[in-house]
Amino acid sequence: MLANYGYKDGSGEYFIAIDTDKCNGCGACVKACPADVFEITADPFDPLAEKQVAVIKEDHRKKIKYSCALCKPTGERPPLPCTAACEPQAIAHSW
Amino acid sequence: MTEAVATAQKREYWRWREYDWRDESLDWKRAGGISVGIDVGSVSSQAVVMCDGKLFAYSSLRTGSNSKTSAQRALEVALQETGMPREKVNYLVATGYGRVNIPFAQKAITEIACHARGANFIYGPTVKTVLDMGGQDCKAIRCDGRGKVTNFLMNDKCAAGTGRGMEVMAELLQIPIEDVGPASLSLPEEPPPVSSTCVVFAKSEALGLLRQNWSKEKVLGSFCLAMAHRTVELLSRVGVEKDFAITGGISKNIGIVKRIETKLGVEALKPSIDPQIAGALGAALFAKALYEKELSGNAKTGS
Amino acid sequence: MITAGIDGGARAIKVLILRDGKQLARSSALTGFDQQATVTQALESALQQAGVAREELQHITATGIGRKAISFADSEVTEMSADAKATVSLFPQARTVIDVGAEEGRAIRCEPDGRVKDFAVNEKCAAGAGTFVETMARTLEIKLEEAGALSLKAEKVIPMNAQCAVFAESEVVSLIHSGTAKEEIIRAVHEAMADRISAMARRVGIEREVALVGGVGRDAGFIKALAGKLGMELFVPMEPEFAGALGAALIAAERARAS
Repeated sequence: MLANYGYKDGSGEYFIAIDTDKCNGCGACVKACPADVFEITADPFDPLAEKQVAVIKEDHRKKIKYSCALCKPTGERPPLPCTAACEPQAIAHSW
Repeated sequence: MTEAVATAQKREYWRWREYDWRDESLDWKRAGGISVGIDVGSVSSQAVVMCDGKLFAYSSLRTGSNSKTSAQRALEVALQETGMPREKVNYLVATGYGRVNIPFAQKAITEIACHARGANFIYGPTVKTVLDMGGQDCKAIRCDGRGKVTNFLMNDKCAAGTGRGMEVMAELLQIPIEDVGPASLSLPEEPPPVSSTCVVFAKSEALGLLRQNWSKEKVLGSFCLAMAHRTVELLSRVGVEKDFAITGGISKNIGIVKRIETKLGVEALKPSIDPQIAGALGAALFAKALYEKELSGNAKTGS
Repeated sequence: MITAGIDGGARAIKVLILRDGKQLARSSALTGFDQQATVTQALESALQQAGVAREELQHITATGIGRKAISFADSEVTEMSADAKATVSLFPQARTVIDVGAEEGRAIRCEPDGRVKDFAVNEKCAAGAGTFVETMARTLEIKLEEAGALSLKAEKVIPMNAQCAVFAESEVVSLIHSGTAKEEIIRAVHEAMADRISAMARRVGIEREVALVGGVGRDAGFIKALAGKLGMELFVPMEPEFAGALGAALIAAERARAS
């Protein structure tokens, strides 16, 4: 499943997509993220599954553009810590 | 309970009617398992009662200030006249905005998962894309033939593209919410869309257009078109696969539905049951699955 | 040499007249639906105050979202360039400018001479601009001018969850109903705005000193909240809403000299 966390408002579209088929629940993203936006839990969108997956914390979903601001400087952009840390490449940012 | 219902009925001038339904031909006493789903949304609450996976009764009421009482009332109204006591319910799943505040639910499940599952029941297994436009959010869900979510997004950050945004505009133009759709379609030709996505800015834009002598209908058409554009853009993130269905309060607004259909080149499925109960229905289906899982678990451990 | 800068903002039109780098006069008018007429009116009023005839203006530079509509301007400049130029002339030690206007928020990093190094903009969403505070003040039934002083009286910071001006209105209404003090509600509004603006500023990289300009720079509650988030004092001009017009007038003078 592709879980798209974030929003679209007048200023643009800001989504982090987590591919739960690829995510192995290892938690590397949780450690890598300086803004503490990830957590590992039972999949809230697939209640019958037993697997633990990465999700974006509830309180960051409506302000993800701001939560992620530090890793997205206007100048040259280094690789994002979360996507770099994710071995199965389950995380993608839309902006 | 009767007091609560009475006060609610006094307030019947509101936007929509509360209702309930039950299948009198079904004898609940012979059911092996009774599952209930309750969806406590920001505006309305629904309760669905199922007997062995068959739809038995449901209610749709306005949400009060308290999630727990709203859920209780929805269940009581659904069960009234059925003679079924609440204790007969084997498993209860809560969903929606207020789901975590319902202590008598065995489990709380996200509305995304419940909507997909409920839409699968209402529209059948061919439904692959569900757009749910609610009072305070907009969800785009892709699901498989069993109603399992494969791709989704939920926008509850921004009022544009939600029922709330529509209400703001209807209030500004002083047009009753249920007339918005037909009024917006009463024009000889489609006006250009308003340029602001943000509802606050669209409001000032609309005032400007009225000053330029645009009719209220033209302003509404322009706003509905912009809202449809925005929704289609949002849908494109998850992709649209046929069959396609629109649920939620805004599915009753023909001005939005028609424009989304035109833009997508796809017609939305017509529901056989009120799609407003999709969330509660999905929750009841999950309740059934979880009850069966519990039974088989107990059988294995021998308890 | 006499030049004018005109800032066609979303809410107000600001005109500022300079003689040899010194401010002669300034005026502002609410942006109406006939922008051209409002601009002319604001310019006439500034000229009158300055005691200068229109013909004496050697160069007029326009900036702001409505700059394209100011047909009689000799040149135009982006809001970022105007802000940076004005800020460095007011505060030579400033390297970062945060401009919060009615409908846009901007952060600009600039060179010591006032050229733009880098910038970030938050536009087209009321949550990241002055409109947000204005809408909440209206819901609280307080004057926008009172918001700052009221906010400073708040005893504690309460969280605000809504990230949209429309949803925040309902949140404010339920806070009022639950008996929360207006001081605390407006403080929450300022803190929420400051969260968004400071995150945007961090994208351009914060280099000391930091100045705040734009109409929201009048709001002491917002200044305090933003300074708190950034962990530093902010430089705020006396008339922060005129920064864009000042920058445009300074650039007009440079252009007049060059031609």
